[in-house]
Amino acid sequence: MTTRARLAISRPTSGACGKTGSWRVFRPVIDREKCNSCGICAMFCPDGVISEDIQIDLDFCKGCGICANECPKKAISMEREEK
Amino acid sequence: MTEIPREEYILKCTSACAGCSDSLTLRYVLKAAGPETVLVVPACCTSVIQGIYPHTAMNIPVYNVAFAAAAACASGMSAAFQAAGKKANVIVYAGDGGTVDIGIQALSGAFERGTDFLYICYDNEAYGNTGMQRSGATPVGARTTTTPSGKIQVKKDLDGIVAAHNPPYMATACAAYPKDLFSKVQKALSIRGPKFIHVLAPCPPGWRFSSEKSVEMGKLAVRSGMWILYEREFGKVTINGPSKAAMIKPIPLEEYLEPQGRFKGISSEAVAMLRSQAERNAMRLKKEEEGIC
Ligand SMILES: Cc1ncc(C[n+]2csc(CCOP(=O)(O)OP(=O)(O)O)c2C)c(N)n1
Ligand code: SF4
Ligand code: SF4
Ligand code: SF4
Ligand SMILES: [Mg+2]
Repeated sequence: MTTRARLAISRPTSGACGKTGSWRVFRPVIDREKCNSCGICAMFCPDGVISEDIQIDLDFCKGCGICANECPKKAISMEREEK
Repeated sequence: MTEIPREEYILKCTSACAGCSDSLTLRYVLKAAGPETVLVVPACCTSVIQGIYPHTAMNIPVYNVAFAAAAACASGMSAAFQAAGKKANVIVYAGDGGTVDIGIQALSGAFERGTDFLYICYDNEAYGNTGMQRSGATPVGARTTTTPSGKIQVKKDLDGIVAAHNPPYMATACAAYPKDLFSKVQKALSIRGPKFIHVLAPCPPGWRFSSEKSVEMGKLAVRSGMWILYEREFGKVTINGPSKAAMIKPIPLEEYLEPQGRFKGISSEAVAMLRSQAERNAMRLKKEEEGIC
């Protein structure tokens, strides 16, 4: 066995911690009428799941609500997930 | 300032709690550092949220190392890169417990040796990953699992300790000001020698506030003067904009303390100690900026 193979090396994997979207209790919903695409929500999303064109990746969004709290236009509402 | 790159170096997603400021901080640290970077991460929330072997969400090289050894490991790594003629950013990314308590002698050693690296301490003011025990960085009055009626001692002056090593660059930052953090990381990496950035990282479960308030809490820390944003470049202090404003007209300290469950029922003596520590820090930095001391 090579030295390299004996080291515990983890490889970059998308979804390494599962689909974290399943954690959500509340889902961010954007009102496109109010949104002016300023990008502030995307800037503050800790997990970087809001794209440049302000689409939220619900497979991974944890529902923290920071985007809704920081949106200057109050364009995001947090709506309870039905499960 | 250069535009913040779109690239993300953390793949969706880590297992960090919803609303984690450690994640937000790391996003911008890596955007500033870019792909030619190695992170050295001791035991802390970050080492756990990366993912479980054999998978990781981290899309740059990360070296996980024993608690007390992070800065020493970075010293060796930095020397090895230099010997091999390779240009790479070596960044220690460690929690407050791993820095102000357990990693402090390795940190001091690396700064004394003049290691070319950047040490970032993200400060959630407790041992987060093991369930929020008090650390040397926990502020007076804060409840943790090991200080159930509030910590008696004041927060250790980590920045004072680092400053005593006279590094070419040191700064404070806060997860709620990602652009400021981004430019400080870029500036630090443009300078040779040992650099240090201390980032306040509000932690929803640890500080007992709901997850959507993470960024708000960081802003309240700065506006109340509990956290001061500044840089010290080759000994010259600059207090940054948001903290300049807070020094002229701070919001009441209570606006920062009240939304946090960890300060519930805090004694008036502890509030007075928090206030006087914040005022002393502000006064000292202001004098230093004006060249009085
Ligand atoms: C020598 C040693 N002692 C204790 C631990 C257990 N431990 C792992 S992470 C951690 C807490 C680290 O706290 P901090 O550095 O503040 O990082 P945070 O978890 O808050 O991000 C502790 C006590 C360990 N891994 N090694
Ligand atoms: S912060 Fe609000 S207004 Fe700005 S892009 Fe996001 S949703 Fe739209
Ligand atoms: S709820 Fe949190 S994780 Fe989801 S998009 Fe908003 S900021 Fe990001
Ligand atoms: S405990 Fe705090 S710092 Fe650790 S992952 Fe959770 S929110 Fe982040
Ligand atoms: Mg900590």
